[in-house]
Amino acid sequence: MSTQVPETETETEAETESKPHQERRMAEKAERREAADRERLAREELEAADETVHLKVFRYDPEVEGKQEPRFDDFHVPYEKGMTVLDALMYARDHYDSSLTFRHSCRQAICGSDAMFVNGSQRLCCKTQLGELETPVRVEPLPHQEVVKDLVVDMQHFYDQMEAVEPYFQTNETPDGELEEQRQSRENREKIKMSTRCIWCGACMSSCNIAAGDNEYLGPAAINKAYRFYMDEREGEDLQEHRMRVLEQEHGVWRCQTQFSCTEVCPKDIPLTEHIQELKREAVKSNLKFW
Amino acid sequence: MHEHDVIVVGGGGAGLRAAIAASEEGADTAIVSKLHPVRSHTGAAEGGINAALREGDSWEDHAYDTMKGSDYLGDAPAIETLAQDAPEEVINLEHWGMPFSREDDGRVSQRPFGGLSFPRTTYAGAETGHHLLHTMYEQAVKHGIQVYDEWQVTELAVTDHEDPEDRKCHGVVAYDVKTGNIEGFKANRGVILATGGPGQVYDHTTNAVSNTGDGYAMAYRAGVPLEDMEFVQFHPTTLPSTGVLISEGVRGEGGVLYNADGERFMFEHGYANNEGELASRDVVSRAELTEVNEGRGVNDEYVYLDMRHLGEERILDRLENILHLAEDFEGVDGLVEPMPVKPGQHYEMGGIETDENGETCIEGLYAAGECACVSVHGSNRLGGNALPELIVFGKRAGQHAAGKDMKEAEITTGYTDECEPGEVDTPVAPGSIRQTSDDVAADGGALADPTAVVEQTVEHERERVQSFLEKDEGLQHAAIREDLQASMTENVNVFRNEDGLKTALEDIREARERYQDVYVDDPSRTFNTDLLHTIETRNLIDLAEAITLGALAREEFRGAHWRQEFQERRDDEWLKHTLLRWNDGDPELFYKPVILEGENKTYEPKVRSY
Repeated sequence: MSTQVPETETETEAETESKPHQERRMAEKAERREAADRERLAREELEAADETVHLKVFRYDPEVEGKQEPRFDDFHVPYEKGMTVLDALMYARDHYDSSLTFRHSCRQAICGSDAMFVNGSQRLCCKTQLGELETPVRVEPLPHQEVVKDLVVDMQHFYDQMEAVEPYFQTNETPDGELEEQRQSRENREKIKMSTRCIWCGACMSSCNIAAGDNEYLGPAAINKAYRFYMDEREGEDLQEHRMRVLEQEHGVWRCQTQFSCTEVCPKDIPLTEHIQELKREAVKSNLKFW
Repeated sequence: MHEHDVIVVGGGGAGLRAAIAASEEGADTAIVSKLHPVRSHTGAAEGGINAALREGDSWEDHAYDTMKGSDYLGDAPAIETLAQDAPEEVINLEHWGMPFSREDDGRVSQRPFGGLSFPRTTYAGAETGHHLLHTMYEQAVKHGIQVYDEWQVTELAVTDHEDPEDRKCHGVVAYDVKTGNIEGFKANRGVILATGGPGQVYDHTTNAVSNTGDGYAMAYRAGVPLEDMEFVQFHPTTLPSTGVLISEGVRGEGGVLYNADGERFMFEHGYANNEGELASRDVVSRAELTEVNEGRGVNDEYVYLDMRHLGEERILDRLENILHLAEDFEGVDGLVEPMPVKPGQHYEMGGIETDENGETCIEGLYAAGECACVSVHGSNRLGGNALPELIVFGKRAGQHAAGKDMKEAEITTGYTDECEPGEVDTPVAPGSIRQTSDDVAADGGALADPTAVVEQTVEHERERVQSFLEKDEGLQHAAIREDLQASMTENVNVFRNEDGLKTALEDIREARERYQDVYVDDPSRTFNTDLLHTIETRNLIDLAEAITLGALAREEFRGAHWRQEFQERRDDEWLKHTLLRWNDGDPELFYKPVILEGENKTYEPKVRSY
């Protein structure tokens, strides 16, 4: 489903709850001293904060009545300098609505689980500073992927495309001697360095118009993974040819229309478009060789 | 019910290595992980992997450094196994294509690290863990290992024999995050726990949000002792606002620490006159906090780590990732400014008691990686020793579980003749709320049939989850978790004293009581992270208690464990491991001696000086 839905706003901020069921819920919670204390603290924090940030967050749950129609919820979160979009989402979840659902883990831009669509662009929430965004900050799930719930998308297709390029090192020759390395030149390591930084966040795939229209297109992440091995001097020529056959297939490198959207959104600054172009050149060269 | 020969719980470094090893032994192997494997926290490791690869270095030296670093609380058979197996394992990774940093001759680079007598830390930029994790995941794909990603294992299916050492593990129960289904996973040969660290017990930690110590807690409640949990490593260089780690590689390359007065305090205030910034992590962490406590910190909170003098070229070549982290998470450009740093929880040296083959005292149950305690790190882990631990002991656990004939372990597990009972004076009877202590499959009957044991555990877990979801009101886990983390950070941190530890135990007891009323607000079965975190919070409470009880019991100062009342390492009495047994929710303390006899020599405890 698409995330581009008309905005029907529902207020979920602690201060301004208006819906009857939420009032009932508040009353129930008030019976619990600690829960009430917590709400009060959150409110005080909000009032005491010099600044708050207004988030508009996409909500959808196929199972829960009232959430089956996609909508945006508003959250007002106390702001401190240095706060990221992920910090704000966690605050909203832990203080206002524990059903707010999103993936996150390392909060240091290496696990790749919190790529989302923030103010119209694919970003990792943990490394996106709130202070640099226009408000209200719109947080949506990655476009062109099926939404499982709220900000969580189904990543299976992404993983399948990654697996399609045989994403593992293959070499026929390992050196003799128990503790002998396969030598690799510093230049060659430098050559593949950027391609090895991919964290499988899926931002590039989500930003790619071609991938959106062609479900079989390998996509920038998978092609970059293939690049990582194709350019590694330790894999032999036979394997290079084999990898090129995968890359040259109908839904491989030639589908890329050099729009650079993948490169623009990559949170690890991998020059994805450039890598795809380089592989196109390699493909031409290898075709010439067979002529 | 799913069925495999070997079930690996957790898809990080240790889990992947275990799965690959088991698969290579011919076992039908599956990984069950609450994350996708490439999301695991091994990816955040930065510095490197220690292995004696070069002329002039030897596994004996690596073992010696590790024993010294451990402050003589490591077991020699475990440490020597680590040092002996690491070179082959690192080369093995290299053969799998891991993009290590290289020397001019094409061999893998090595660099100096704290507490090492030789520059034996191999690395891949300052993102070694990321490359290790992805390289191993690639191999797992190559082996066709089945991965159940986003399945949270909630309990172990273990028989209910009275004595934990008679129990057997037949599988696990897991909750499919995507659908809410709870299902059994039967393991015909073995279950390997590789669930990583428990950093979320603290509120300032380098650990991922997912690092909630699930493996420790499940093994503990099933009857396996937790060993040396009081030894929590605080990393001296974490970013103050987030806890994001700044690798020891920065100091390894020549980075220096300054206080607010511009003094290079490691030398100028005499904390480590020889090693300076490269003293062991516990020494540097205490030095930094002492500076702050004595008014020489910056903003009363942190100190500076400076790498500017290394030059842009060297920084970009070896520490580029650090520039990004400092910029993205602290807004500091490491090329033109020093980086603010302070100590943060980083690593749990203790863990599930295992032998060198990864096996616990429960038949068929293994553990490897941070959640296990062999014990390799003793009271203080040296930088660069966590990653070799993952691959060395992950592999051994995988092989053993798959049925490979292993050399008999020298380290014993469970309560043996060597063990002595311990006692600890606590202000509250810890853990004595029985309603939440139901551990093993258990109804006193169907012990023999593995399928029945798994089925019973599934039934039990379905009821537990159902009760969270059915409750309409109560407390939310987030409040309990937050208060627990705050108390642990306040009371069971780098500096510890008896009053603080007792306060923490009271707070933990209160968390336990409040947890009785916990409920899950989100009624959905689809991707219910509220439920996931509620289950995790219970695990955090059990772990916080184990850490704090251990810290209260150990009346000495050793490695990372500093006690105000006991300022000496007391070898006459304390060359022993602290062990805690669940005992139906009333933790029972006992001790076993440290093994200092190695293959060729006995390690004599010496005064640690840096």
